[in-house]
Amino acid sequence: MTAREVRAEGAAAALLDMRGIRVAFGRFVANDAIDLVVQAGEIHALLGENGAGKSTLMRVLAGLVAPAAGEMWIDGAPAPLGLPREAIRLGVGMVHQHFMLVPTLTVAENICLGLASTGRFFPDLKSAALKIRALATNYGLDVDPFAYVADLSIAGQQRVEILKALYRGARILVLDEPTAVLTPPETEGLFRILRTLAAEGSAIVFISHKLNEVMALSSRVTVLRQGRVAATVRTRDTDARSLARMMVGAEVDLPKLEDAVRQSSSSASSTSGGLKAGGVLYVQGAVCRDARGALRVDRASLNVDRNEIVGVAGVDGNGQQELAEAIVGLRRLESGAVFIDGEDVTAASVGRRIALGLAHIPEDRHRTALVESMSIEDNVILETVGAPPLSQRGWLDRRATGKLAQDVMARFDIRAAGPGQKVGALSGGNQQKVVLARAFSRDPRLVIAVQPARGLDVGATAFVHRELLARRAAGAGVLLISTELDEILALCDRIVVMFRGAIMGELARAEATTEKLGLMMAGRAA
Amino acid sequence: MSATEPTRAARWALSPALAGGALAVLAAFLVGAALIAAAGVNPLTAYAALFESALGSRNGIAETLLRTVPLALCGLGVALAFRSGVFNVGAEGQLFLGGTAAAAVGVAGAGWPSVLLLPAMAMAAMLAGALWSGVAAVLKLRFRADELITTIMLNYVAIHFVSYLLHGPLKDPNAALAQTTRLTNEARLPVLLAGTRLHAGILMAIVAAALAHLFLWKRTNGFRLRVVGLNPRAAENAGMNVRAMIVFGFLICGALSGLAGFAEVSGVQRRMIENLSPGFGYTAIMVALLGATSPLGVLAAAFLFAALQIGATTMESAAGVPSTLTTIIQGLVVLFLIGRSAAPMLRDKIAARRVT
Repeated sequence: MTAREVRAEGAAAALLDMRGIRVAFGRFVANDAIDLVVQAGEIHALLGENGAGKSTLMRVLAGLVAPAAGEMWIDGAPAPLGLPREAIRLGVGMVHQHFMLVPTLTVAENICLGLASTGRFFPDLKSAALKIRALATNYGLDVDPFAYVADLSIAGQQRVEILKALYRGARILVLDEPTAVLTPPETEGLFRILRTLAAEGSAIVFISHKLNEVMALSSRVTVLRQGRVAATVRTRDTDARSLARMMVGAEVDLPKLEDAVRQSSSSASSTSGGLKAGGVLYVQGAVCRDARGALRVDRASLNVDRNEIVGVAGVDGNGQQELAEAIVGLRRLESGAVFIDGEDVTAASVGRRIALGLAHIPEDRHRTALVESMSIEDNVILETVGAPPLSQRGWLDRRATGKLAQDVMARFDIRAAGPGQKVGALSGGNQQKVVLARAFSRDPRLVIAVQPARGLDVGATAFVHRELLARRAAGAGVLLISTELDEILALCDRIVVMFRGAIMGELARAEATTEKLGLMMAGRAA
Repeated sequence: MSATEPTRAARWALSPALAGGALAVLAAFLVGAALIAAAGVNPLTAYAALFESALGSRNGIAETLLRTVPLALCGLGVALAFRSGVFNVGAEGQLFLGGTAAAAVGVAGAGWPSVLLLPAMAMAAMLAGALWSGVAAVLKLRFRADELITTIMLNYVAIHFVSYLLHGPLKDPNAALAQTTRLTNEARLPVLLAGTRLHAGILMAIVAAALAHLFLWKRTNGFRLRVVGLNPRAAENAGMNVRAMIVFGFLICGALSGLAGFAEVSGVQRRMIENLSPGFGYTAIMVALLGATSPLGVLAAAFLFAALQIGATTMESAAGVPSTLTTIIQGLVVLFLIGRSAAPMLRDKIAARRVT
């Protein structure tokens, strides 16, 4: 079946038909001649790398951006462009990645916010709440309209967002990376809800970069690449590998699970497990609190040996970030201890820990790892600037720093005009390569990598993963903190799970499954 | 190739700042011209009088350079503090304490030879300024008190404390005014240009600017200072001693401002007086901004502002334009500097509108 036929099949009874959409910002073309057809009852995945034009296209749909060319038909009638109010009236509902909810208000208040139908000055919230409850029951959404949003789980808040869209009469529901914040069971729950909605006749547009979810949920997939439609295919006619190829326009080495397992079973020291004071990293009963005094890390203990990657799985916000900061030295421990290579560094400076062979790949590279207004060269030398050959008696040796920058740019394939280019002007993937280059060019013994592939496209993600595996092969211990189970399962020899600051338990790679990890991530002990 | 890369990078960093500064100055003069015209005077006549008196004669240039000294020294201090991420606006108070310390040492050391006395006075001035600035550093690092507030408040404390000293312990017993005893010749900075007031302080300012330039761009610690100022969290993550750099930012600003006080006392007033500075420490903030916190830029900006201030009085008497107009121009320069990011924003907005 050709692409044209797939598209024609969609157009027959299309609830949404976007044709020839073009959006340009200055000279940058974000959307170029994009066609998107979504039928009633269909779950349509929109797949693409960062900057491929997914968000822009959805902003056109929601009326937030008026395209330079193209037209949009909803339910067989031409829809006005660039008018958010009209888009809502015609049934377009958005569930944003970052929820648009007021935590101090109830569910019903949030849903009715800004709706004239509830009454402008004296809103009738009670009858609105009853309607919301009826709607929720109808679609199998477990939401109490009288609950305060602040008391809801992330998944619960997401259900409120979906309900908000439905309450406003949405028939075309757009979800932007909805599973990023969910545990596997919660993701399953969301998928059930979306299937129900589709069965009831809604059109669902599901934006994601997780190939396995796209494969599991959608009936058709539109892949965007550099602002154009790379392909529109039926999901059952394709597979994850072909989708990845369409996204980047080239063959990509996805780190294969089996490869990683084979490597780990062949490496000698990966049979360890259990807590002991040796190894490259040993964290003993770490406790720390945030600025408001809330417990963030609760008596966490773990160790990392040479030649192994230990994964820390967990839903975002369960203390992983704080644990990493404590190990790196950016955060003080209230009690407990951290040992790097056998030395107690609980009270040591970041500089001392770096000298012991620590490398940090922080989650928030813009804020924590890079000085964006400085050059690649200056960012590369950030950690080692004080010692020869980069400095001689307190004077910078620009010949040496320039040479180092040139070297690592070649070795880590950093694409830029030259070492003098400002880091802020680089793409996300190249920025992360600068971080990796700085950390790995000094051959670290311990790597703390937090969400190292977040926000990266498929190609850059594969690069990061290969580098982590290379570090392990070179003898380093790696602590990989990630909310992506696929990443953890593909790379790690052992996996611990964090929940509300505590370590729920540890699994060897061979015994770890998505189901087991999912239960632990939701707070059940191993 | 790698050897030429940094200088090219430095030039890149400098040129937009330079162009931005020149543009801001130009815009400020244009608005100033409109104000002069509104007062019924030909702007060209007024500006000619201003620059004629500031730069048109040997004495005019000497006076302008004389005024450049405190503006440049304080401006360098403020600029280095900015580079470390410290918004120290306490140069005025640090200058007053520096001047007082210099005068006290100058009076106590009367009879010493110049080679001992002048360095002693300069050291005392720098120490006093640095200590005073250090108070704000402690308040920031220990109690998280914003230095923008503390340094400006400490200015009042310092100036009034100096006033107390001049009325009390340090007062010249033979004078009616609140001032110290007149300094002996050994305690005075030598005059550079015979027949003018221009003293050796201008050399101190030039050397300080050159050293600051070398420090920022060639020294490892200068690199660290800039990293801390641009992204303290990344600096900490890279193992740098962020607190030490911040403390240094405070201390160097205090020391250089104190040195400016020494120059005024030893080179100009020859004693410590209550009105030592007509706000040098505050104008220095504008100087630092106009100079894009680069030492050589600060030196140029200090010279420009000095010329404006020196020419102002002549402009008033010759063209009938109030001398406060130059204060307006100084303020406008800073406003245009801050507002220059509005230009690309406006351009993007127009471009975006054309697209849609």
